[in-house]
Amino acid sequence: MLLLIPLLPFVGFLLNASFGRRISKAAAGAIACGSMLASFGVSTIAVWRLVGLPPESRALAQTVLRWITSGDFDVSFTLRVDPLSALMILVVTGIGSLIHIYSTAYMHEERDSEYARYFSYLNLFAAFMLVLVLGSNFLVMFVGWEGVGLCSYLLIGFWYQKESAADAGKKAFIVNRIGDFGFILGMLLAFVRFGTLDFQEIARSVAALRPETTFGTLSALTLLLFVGATGKSAQIPLHVWLPDAMEGPTPVSALIHAATMVTAGVYMIGRNAVLFGHAPHTLTIVAIIGTATALMAGTIGLVQNDIKRVLAYSTVSQLGYMFLAMGVGAYTAGIFHLFTHAFFKALLFLGSGAVIHALAGEQDLRRMGGLKRELPITYWTFFTGALAIAGVPLLAGFFSKDEILYRTFAGGHLWLWTVGLLTSLLTATYMFRVVFLAFHGERAGEHPAPSTEHPAPSTQRHLHDAPPAMALALIVLAAGSVLAGYVGVPRAVGGSNRIEQFLAPSFGEVRLKPDATNDARAALLQPGQERQEEAASATEGLERGLMGVSSAIALGGIGIAWFFFLKKKRAADEMAVRFAGVHRVLANKYYVDEMYEAAVVQPIRIASDEGLWNGVDVRVIDGAVNGVGGLVGGSSSALRRIQTGSVRLYAVSVMLGVVVILGYYVWR
Amino acid sequence: MPPGISTSDFYYILPELVLTGGALLVLIADVLLPRGSKALAWVTLLAIGATIASLVPFGSTHVEVAHGLLAVDQFALFFKIVFLGAAALTVLMSVRYLEIEGASPGEYYFLILCATLGMMIMAGGIDLLTIFIGLETMAVSFYILAGFIKPNQRSNEAAVKYFLLGAFSLGILLYGMSIMYGLSGTTNLRTMATAFVGQERDPRLVLAVILVVAGLGFKIAAVPFHMWAPDVYEGAPTPVTAFLSVGSKAASFAMLLRIFLEGLPSMSADWRLMFEVLAIVTMTIGNLAALTQTNIKRMLAYSSIAHAGYILIGVVAGTPRGVAAMLIYLLIYAFMQLGAFTIIIIMRRQDVVGDELKDFSGLHIRHPFAAFAMLLFMLSLGGIPPTAGFMGKFWLFGAAIDAGYVRLAVIGVLNSAISLYYYIRLVVFMYLKPQGAGSPVTTSPSLGIALAVAVIGTIFLGVYPRLLFDLAEMSARTLGVAAVTAAIR
Amino acid sequence: MLSAYIPIAIFVVVATGFALFTLVFSSLLHPEKYNKVKLEPYECGIEPMTDARDRYSIRYYLVAMLFVIFDVETVFMFPWAVIFNKLLLFGLIEMLVFIFILLVGYYYAWQKGALEWV
Repeated sequence: MLLLIPLLPFVGFLLNASFGRRISKAAAGAIACGSMLASFGVSTIAVWRLVGLPPESRALAQTVLRWITSGDFDVSFTLRVDPLSALMILVVTGIGSLIHIYSTAYMHEERDSEYARYFSYLNLFAAFMLVLVLGSNFLVMFVGWEGVGLCSYLLIGFWYQKESAADAGKKAFIVNRIGDFGFILGMLLAFVRFGTLDFQEIARSVAALRPETTFGTLSALTLLLFVGATGKSAQIPLHVWLPDAMEGPTPVSALIHAATMVTAGVYMIGRNAVLFGHAPHTLTIVAIIGTATALMAGTIGLVQNDIKRVLAYSTVSQLGYMFLAMGVGAYTAGIFHLFTHAFFKALLFLGSGAVIHALAGEQDLRRMGGLKRELPITYWTFFTGALAIAGVPLLAGFFSKDEILYRTFAGGHLWLWTVGLLTSLLTATYMFRVVFLAFHGERAGEHPAPSTEHPAPSTQRHLHDAPPAMALALIVLAAGSVLAGYVGVPRAVGGSNRIEQFLAPSFGEVRLKPDATNDARAALLQPGQERQEEAASATEGLERGLMGVSSAIALGGIGIAWFFFLKKKRAADEMAVRFAGVHRVLANKYYVDEMYEAAVVQPIRIASDEGLWNGVDVRVIDGAVNGVGGLVGGSSSALRRIQTGSVRLYAVSVMLGVVVILGYYVWR
Repeated sequence: MPPGISTSDFYYILPELVLTGGALLVLIADVLLPRGSKALAWVTLLAIGATIASLVPFGSTHVEVAHGLLAVDQFALFFKIVFLGAAALTVLMSVRYLEIEGASPGEYYFLILCATLGMMIMAGGIDLLTIFIGLETMAVSFYILAGFIKPNQRSNEAAVKYFLLGAFSLGILLYGMSIMYGLSGTTNLRTMATAFVGQERDPRLVLAVILVVAGLGFKIAAVPFHMWAPDVYEGAPTPVTAFLSVGSKAASFAMLLRIFLEGLPSMSADWRLMFEVLAIVTMTIGNLAALTQTNIKRMLAYSSIAHAGYILIGVVAGTPRGVAAMLIYLLIYAFMQLGAFTIIIIMRRQDVVGDELKDFSGLHIRHPFAAFAMLLFMLSLGGIPPTAGFMGKFWLFGAAIDAGYVRLAVIGVLNSAISLYYYIRLVVFMYLKPQGAGSPVTTSPSLGIALAVAVIGTIFLGVYPRLLFDLAEMSARTLGVAAVTAAIR
Repeated sequence: MLSAYIPIAIFVVVATGFALFTLVFSSLLHPEKYNKVKLEPYECGIEPMTDARDRYSIRYYLVAMLFVIFDVETVFMFPWAVIFNKLLLFGLIEMLVFIFILLVGYYYAWQKGALEWV
């Protein structure tokens, strides 16, 4: 049955890819949405059955085929649902279905063949994403990992007429290569170290070891895997591709670059929680990188003018939060945030899509304003999403973000906590900057910039709110943004934190009983159980206090945004002028792209173009070939030319090879 | 019956005899059939089919034939299947191509079969003489095939370059072989192996090893002995390029394994070092040079060079696992490489040469299946799961790590990461560019079959590689690898 | 072991010595009287008509190659004939197979018109 979950979208892909050109838009959309909804249905049934099992043995597995068997090595194509992947498949299929439905309206102006192409890629993406989260070992996960990457490039470059879209796809691709390099090496190392690639088996062998206090194999291997995670999940220093990826259609940004694919790195660490737990050095790095990314992206988000770019940096920043959680060992909190984030970030993206749709392709915040009256549905849903991400109490983002901050504080990472809190302030500010600039005040420009995203008749005075299909998705996601947090209400405020109980078995926290001999570090690695062991009252008091602090921070951030971007708009400009240097650095995203350009791209280009391509190939090889091919005379003269020309050079190359090897033996 | 030869020897070389008979039959059929008849291709396929059928009785044979001239074992069998399969696919993809190029099929199919025969002898040979005869049979056929499109200057050029450089490298190889013979007094590899024990420091033997490495390096197109490859691959008729890059390469690797693992196990410290350096240089240069190519045949030529580098990793490992990984990779490589060339041939139409990058623009609209198939081959060549190429690479790098060559695996992974760039660039052209010019892209039945086989092979071996793994490991174990492992430890 | 090569060494020395001797000795003895006819390339006694570097018909190469191929087969037949007594029926069959393969080639070349002198 588990196979059906990724198989259904895959069938949708096959249908649309094969017959998409010949069927109507309605049919293509129906196939895509239908297959996603069916997959969602199957996922729900699977999760239902999973919940019916006792907590210790909550896992369903299906071995599709025994993939590689050879002597001691055995890898199966096995899909496995445990609480962690159960949560993920619900997110992917549920939110995925909504985004599919939304897309039927959003992409409606495309040509029939393009429309079908779009949906076939989207379905293929969903299929691979489901393989990624359902895979029971690294190899199956890697299949999904590469597959979603491929779909991501295809969808980023979907509007290939746009030069920038093609470049963005290329950038995403190249950056992800670096990540994959780490991932593959980590995988190979894991295989060499443990002789298996199965997550459960690795966890079992690791659990028997002591945490690695020095930098050894486990640290190296987890660090390599983390490199893979930074690529996929856009963390420093591989974060540069995600903002550019916004060149893709907005629903794609919502599904792939906000809700699902980019969280794969977080998921992967969660999947290997026990493994990472035994490499404290790596975890420290994960936490620091996550926090730094969160802060950096948050500050950049503050000054961006493209609505989607703000959201993109916001995504990078929130992903940083998740990595912070993973780094301090608060796996549940990280995954919880992943879960709630999927709702409100998808909502925000789809909301921004509705705005862009209404404004015929306009993405610049400075040319928006006053949309509140004209686009009520979009406004209210977007507003809900913004409240949720800002961490306003009682909404989804509040519970999950607070959980992360609390765990960071409780783990003794005071610095990380401070930075996290600061980022939280930034989050509220930049989100409400968008809300106020786009929906409140007055519209500034009346001339939308030409854009290929919606080349529809542009200067229509009357703006239309989201069509039904889009509105449906927005409203459902808004409801989710409000309610999703209630699966994890902390005990401190009278909840039972059901999500923690649910997910705990996936992180190996049930089986591992606290050990008296464990040192403080080991206790730190298992804050979940440490918390359970300690006297509850003191910590609950602390937790409530911290909640108060973060609530205040969230409201404060909104207040700042209100002051600068609604009340006294001039104040913001004055600030920008007064701190022109800082503003320039932020607006240019800390010049990271430029640094890469200078340090990496140019040298490679020069080496490849000048050195290899021009130097060896064009001048030497092609020079000879062209010289010959260009000769119109008889073949005898051509042959003579070859004989005295390059062939001799080739032969010299062979001879040189021999001489070099000989030389080595003579001189050594 | 003279001493040393018995009737059973003829039984063991039955496949080779059948293929020889088939080749002669093709030659006669060419004369008897009406000019331009497509039936000739089917006669050729029949000959290949009969040869494959005649391999059946030797599934688990392990004997030396005619006083150790040839070995009939599973190692040879594995390669023979690869060669025959590749030959069959090549024939299938040649039919329409020859028609469009206006070349008479005449000797073409005969030469393909001769080349295959040579390869089979190379894979089975455990004596320098038989190996050399096989090598020459193959090489001479390819010299002619490379220049088969007579009015095409590039084809002529390819043939002459290949011939001249081939003869040159052969000289080097023969020099090395003759020293080996001079030092051991035998041409039989297995006898030689015992004769060389304890002579590791003999400089003459080291010289022989260097020369043989260079000669074989030319055949497998390892840097710096590779420079012929891009020119020849680009100029030769596309099906010949396909066969050259798959069959000739596989046969040369078979020969390489025979000579080094069976004949020179005691020198393994030396040749391992040489091959390690060659592997690193070959992968890196091949991939970097491929990055900026705009001609697909040329790109695939450099990609093929890079792949030789990957496969060399298995030689360096030198363990049964490494050899098995090589066998696996060579078979997988045959499918994906031949598949990619099939697409290039499909792109060849009356009005379009079809081997430039821009010719592939918007292929997914013109011919979705061809675009999808090419996507699959590119992903496979780049080593993305769940395609077969990933399995092959995984196994090779795993073998390297297993044998203690972690650095080789790291460089290999790094290289395949680089290589994806140019493979995916083609995908971008096919899927994310407006349609290219020219008449519609169509397939013929024979091209369709070739494409289907390649696609199925690429997917099937990626999804269900178990059977292949078992076969390859069994085959690798019949090679004298155990000796090497013993000599090292 | 090496002593077996002594006759060969002597043979090599004598052969080169003889060649050198004749060349050197004749150049010392012969009178130096050149004329046009003497300086012309020797062509079986027939006077050369044109420059030696001329285009030949491609047929010439074809026929020449075919000649070489079918001529060389006799080289294989001599040693075969010498030990025919020992090879007996096996040898006979082997040679027939060999000739058969050559015949197929011969037939092919014939049918393709390679033997037709223009």
